[in-house]
Amino acid sequence: MEVERESLRARQLRARDLLRGDLEGRDLEEYVEERLLTTTLENVLNWGRSNAIFPMTFGLACCAIEQISLVTSRYDIARFGAEAFRATPRQADLLILSGRVSIKMAPVVRRVYDQMLEPRWVMAMGACSSSGGMFANYAVVQGADKFMPVDIHVPGCPPRPEAVLHGLNKLQKLIRGQPDLGWRQRYNAVGTEEWARFEEGKPTKEALERAAAAIRVAKPTAPSPHMPAGEAEDMGDDV
Amino acid sequence: MPDPPGLELIAQGIEEGRQGTVIETSMEHGRATLIVNPDGILHALTWLRDTPEQGYRFLSSLHAADYLPATPRFAVHYELLSRERIERVNVKALLVDPAAGDETNGADPVEKLPELDSCVALYPTADFQEREAYDFFGIVFRGHPDLRRIAMPEDYVGWPQRRDFPIGGEPVLFTHNEIEAPRWFE
Repeated sequence: MEVERESLRARQLRARDLLRGDLEGRDLEEYVEERLLTTTLENVLNWGRSNAIFPMTFGLACCAIEQISLVTSRYDIARFGAEAFRATPRQADLLILSGRVSIKMAPVVRRVYDQMLEPRWVMAMGACSSSGGMFANYAVVQGADKFMPVDIHVPGCPPRPEAVLHGLNKLQKLIRGQPDLGWRQRYNAVGTEEWARFEEGKPTKEALERAAAAIRVAKPTAPSPHMPAGEAEDMGDDV
Repeated sequence: MPDPPGLELIAQGIEEGRQGTVIETSMEHGRATLIVNPDGILHALTWLRDTPEQGYRFLSSLHAADYLPATPRFAVHYELLSRERIERVNVKALLVDPAAGDETNGADPVEKLPELDSCVALYPTADFQEREAYDFFGIVFRGHPDLRRIAMPEDYVGWPQRRDFPIGGEPVLFTHNEIEAPRWFE
């Protein structure tokens, strides 16, 4: 305890010296190196994204009840920074499909998904939205990934809120762990970009591969030669 | 519930207004049921609603049923309630499937659907319930103000609650039926 107090005092004195401009040479170098962390812009961006996911206020069936209890103090989704349920898809990052998707609802779900801004993620919560679940019949879509990309499947009928939080943690890991992987790479959709269609005729296989490689190594300061400068914002997490 | 003699009196009263309307009466599990000729359904319902000592002015449910392979195949059930006496009576109209024994084997572009008179004018609550019966069983209610699908998408093809309609869905692989899909893991 006494030692800690001494070292704290020493650090305080060094900080005071730095502010006064008294630290010089090797001491200054050491001080700065101790307190700096270097990373890439991508990592910081994705770290921020993963810790500020805004889910969509959207319930499909009984799983929505479990989704509601996520926000209560017992489970408290705010611990993972995802407590701000937005009432419009244009402000939401995450669409939780909480329940069975009937064939009449599928176009609506797809439309909600299309209105969300990129980067966007989808969690299929429960057996029904993952595979149709117990509703193997004429009225229910057998898995929401038949008509839209789904990032995380949470099994259960319904999944407990802890399971959904585990899924959310997995999603955060996915967002943080693969900063280079935009949704076009994840869903094998490279070549569907607006700028790829500007090339003469259909984009050749080589052009697509070149584009994919360019995206994979792209730095924020050096956009790929295929991409006009103005398109950089439209690319979302691909950049 | 009317007791068996009461049910026979109701049947007699309906018969007096229009001969051949009531085909049969049945009293099972304490439920009084009048099985009526589909042509006379409106007469039977009107008589039950407007006769002062009957007063079945509340239609608590209208639903269809498919009794395949029985003939007649379809039935529309009306559950009537007299709120003064808290008495219920069921009316059942049996409908023959016009597509049964179809020699064209589906080549006829016009689908043959069973038809029945709509009772929306008598009981406004029947509006949605007749639409539901049409949606799921393909029973056409003549004179309905707006007969279109209510639960399924409007461009849906088929009558999904009929007994010969496939269940749908996808086969799911379990350990007990693994053998039916050899090399499924590839």
